[in-house]
Amino acid sequence: MKKFNLGLASAILAAGLSTSAAQAETLKFAFQGALNQLDPYSLNETFTLSALGNVYEGLTRRNENLEIEPSLAESWEVVEPNRWRFHLRKGVKFHNGNDFTAEDVAFSVERLHGEGSDLAKRVGAEVKVEIVDDHTVDFVLPGPNPILHYEWDTWYIMDKEWTEANNAVAITSASDTTPNHAALNANGTGPFKLVSHEPGVKTVYEKYDGWWDEAKHNLDGVEFTPISSDATRVAALLSGELDMVYPIPVQDVKRVNDNAGTKAMTGPELRTIFLGMDQMRDELLYSDVKGKNPFKDVRVRKAFYQAIDIEGIKRKIMRDLSTPSAIMISPFLFSKSGDFERLPYDPDAAKALLAEAGYGDGFSVGMDCPNDRYVNDEAICQAVASMLARIGVKVDLNAQPKAKYFAKVLASAGYDTSFYLLGWTPGSFDSWNILDNLIQCRDETGKGGAFNLGGYCSAEVDALADKILVENDPDKRDALIAEAYTLSNNDVAHIPLHQQGLAWGVAEGVELAQRADNQFHFRFVTKN
Amino acid sequence: MFGFAIRRLLQAMIVMLVVALLAFTLFRFVGDPVNQMVGIETSIEEREALRERLGLNDPIPVQFFRFVTDAARFDFGTSYQFRQPVSDLFAKRIPATLELSFMSALFALVVGIPMGIYAGLNRESALSKLFLSVSLVGISLPTFFIGILLIFLFSVTLQWLPSFGRGEVVEVGSWWTTGFLTISGLKALVLPSITLGLYQMTLIMRLIRAEMLEVIRTDYIKFARARGLPDRIVHFRHALKNTMVPVITITGLQLGSIIAFATITETVFQWPGMGLMFLQAVQNVDIPIMAAYLLLTAFLFVAINFIVDILYFVIDPRLRIGRA
Repeated sequence: MKKFNLGLASAILAAGLSTSAAQAETLKFAFQGALNQLDPYSLNETFTLSALGNVYEGLTRRNENLEIEPSLAESWEVVEPNRWRFHLRKGVKFHNGNDFTAEDVAFSVERLHGEGSDLAKRVGAEVKVEIVDDHTVDFVLPGPNPILHYEWDTWYIMDKEWTEANNAVAITSASDTTPNHAALNANGTGPFKLVSHEPGVKTVYEKYDGWWDEAKHNLDGVEFTPISSDATRVAALLSGELDMVYPIPVQDVKRVNDNAGTKAMTGPELRTIFLGMDQMRDELLYSDVKGKNPFKDVRVRKAFYQAIDIEGIKRKIMRDLSTPSAIMISPFLFSKSGDFERLPYDPDAAKALLAEAGYGDGFSVGMDCPNDRYVNDEAICQAVASMLARIGVKVDLNAQPKAKYFAKVLASAGYDTSFYLLGWTPGSFDSWNILDNLIQCRDETGKGGAFNLGGYCSAEVDALADKILVENDPDKRDALIAEAYTLSNNDVAHIPLHQQGLAWGVAEGVELAQRADNQFHFRFVTKN
Repeated sequence: MFGFAIRRLLQAMIVMLVVALLAFTLFRFVGDPVNQMVGIETSIEEREALRERLGLNDPIPVQFFRFVTDAARFDFGTSYQFRQPVSDLFAKRIPATLELSFMSALFALVVGIPMGIYAGLNRESALSKLFLSVSLVGISLPTFFIGILLIFLFSVTLQWLPSFGRGEVVEVGSWWTTGFLTISGLKALVLPSITLGLYQMTLIMRLIRAEMLEVIRTDYIKFARARGLPDRIVHFRHALKNTMVPVITITGLQLGSIIAFATITETVFQWPGMGLMFLQAVQNVDIPIMAAYLLLTAFLFVAINFIVDILYFVIDPRLRIGRA
C-alpha cells in the first residue's frame, strides 16, 4: 500500500508504475484459511505455524522429507540420559539486526510457558533450561525422553530484546483488550522478513539477505492472500493470477491438470481419518438398543470395520486421492507400518458377527460428523452410513460445521457422541502422540487420552505406552509401539479409514516441495 | 416535529435492543468459540482457563448486560481470531464494502435506467424482450452462481479481469483506502460490482419500464403530444421525470441492503470487506465480530428508516397537521 496525498496526480502514476515492477520475482499464493495473527505461541495450528515458519526458526527444522535437520542449533547431544546439550549456531542475526544467543532460547522457553500459550507442551513444564555459555544451552529433563526435540521445528525462537522492548512478553490472548505487538509484527531469523500483514486480507514477505543458510529459493518476495471460496481459489490459479494455491478440491484435480500452464501436485497427507465408537457408557446416548452398549462387544466393532468398503470410498469419494490405513498413524511415520493389514471388507462376515453378538436384526445408532473439516468428510460419513445399512445397522447421521461438531463431541461437552468420524495428525510425528491422545484410557472428564472420544481402554496398551515414553533405544521402542498397535487393532479400538490426500495447485515454472504435513515453506520454491 | 422525532428515536432504540438480544441469543447456538481459538491438542484445563478469562462462564444476564453497555460505547471487544479490537478491524474493512456498494448502485442506475426507458417506450421490440429475459436471469440466479460464472468467463477464459481481491489500493488520509486510483483497483471492481448490482439493476429496470408504460398512457402526455412537442422532450422531460419518484425511494432503501448483504459477493470474490469478515467470523465462531456486524447492519437500517420518516414528515404537510 502506498501513501497518497490528495491532489497529487503524479503519485497515482508512481503507484501504478511501482506495482508492475514489484511483481517481478514475487511468489503469489493463496490458502483457504487466513493467517489470523502472528504470535508464534498462541495457536497450535498447521497453517499458522507453517506461514510463520518462513519468518521464524526453531532450534531444529524438517526438510522436504520431514527429516529433522539442525537449524538454529548446529548440533546436539544427550550428555546424560536426562541432560540434552544444544550447540547454537554462531553469527545468526534476527531481522532487526540483533544477535541470536542462548539468552533468546531461555527466554523463548519461558514465554512458551506463559499464560495463554497454545504450544506449552513443546517443552515440558518440568524441563529446566541452563545456559552454559552464549552459544550452548542445556535442557535438563525429569526423565529420559527420546522425542524431546521432535516438535521443535515449530517451536520458534523469539528475540528477547525485541519482545521485551515492544511489551510483548505476555502471549497475545483473546481476552486482551489492546493488540499485542507480537500479534501484528514478527522478528525472526528465517529466510523471509515480514513486510506487511493485514489479517484476513494480505500478508507480504520479503527475502532476508542476512539469512545464515544458503538460499536455495530464488524469490525476492512472497504475497499471501486467503481465498476461502474453493471455486475462486481454483479460478485464480487457472487464470494465471496466482502461482500456487492450496488446497484444491479433489474434484478439480483433473481440471487443473488439463489446463495448460497449471498442474496439480498430489500426495498422501499425514492425517489419518478414522471412526470411533463409544465403548465407555453402559448405554449408548444415540441408539435404539437400551440397557446395554453394543460397542462394548468387540464383535460389533469388528462387524462395523468389515462392513466398510474402503476401496469404494477411495475410488468414488476421494477420487483415488487417499491411502487406506491399517493403523492409526501414517505409514511415513512408523517404520513397522508395513507389518499391518486392514481387516478384509466382507459384509457377509460382518453380518455373521453381528448375529453372533445378538444383533442379527441390526440396530440404530447416531453418528456425528464434521462437514467442513476434512477432505469430503460428510460424503465419507454418508458412504459409511449406506454401507452399514447393508448389514442392518441404521445410522442417523448428524453432519455439522466443525464449530458445532467439536463443541459436541469433545471433552468440554462430556463426549456427547456414540459414533463419530475424526482425523488426527500427530504433532510430534511420532506414535506416542497417538497413544497418548487417542488410545490411552481416560475418565469422564478427559483425564488421560483426552481425544479418545469413544473411551477405549486397555491396561496392557497403557502399560506399553508408559514404556514407550522413556525407551531411548529406537529399535526396542518401535517394537513396543508395534505391540501396542497390534493390541489395539485386535480390540478394534478405532476403525482407521485412510490417509487423506494433499492436493496443491501449482503454476508452470514453479518448483516446490510438497511436505506431507501440509506445511508450505518458501525456502523450497523456485520460480522461473 | 420534535415530539415525533423523539418518539421515532425511542422506537429505533427498542429495535436496536431487540436485535442485540437476538444476536446475543443466537451466539449460544453457533458452537463453542474456545474450540476455534486453540489447537486440538490443548488440554481441557487450559480450555477451561481461557473460558474463564473470556467471561464465558458468567451468568447469561451478566454477559448480556456487559455486551449491551460495551456496544453502546462502540466497544465490541477483541476478535477471537485476530486478537485485535473489533472496531479497528471494522474501520479497516468499511472502505472496501462502501466502494463496492457505491459502484454496484451506480452500475444498477446507469445500466438499469436506460434499459427501463427503452423497454418502456418500445415494448414490442426484440431488444426489449431480450432485456426482459436477461433481467429474469438476474432476478432468479443466485448471486454466488453469477459471480462464479463471471469469474470463469472473464478471468479464466478471457483473462481480462482479476478473479479476487481489491487489486492495488491507495491510502487516502489516515483511515480510508481506495481502489479507485489504480488500474488494478478499478479492474478488480468490475466483476464484483456487476454481481452485486445485478439484482438491483433488474429491479430498477423493471420498475422504470412499468412506470413508463403507466405514465405514457396518462392525459398530460397525450396533451404534450397534442401540443406537437418532439418525442425526446415528451419522453425525457415529462414522462421520465414522473417515473423517477418511486425509483429514488427504492434506490435509497436498496443501498442499505447492498451494503448489508454484500456478504455472498464478497466471499465469492474474496473482497476484503465487512461481509467477508462476517462470514469468516461465523465459521470460526468469532462472536465479537458477529455481534458487531449484526448491530451495525441493524443500525444502518434503523438510521435509513429514521431519516426517511423524518423526510416524509418534512415533505408531507398532511402528517404535520394530523400530529398537531
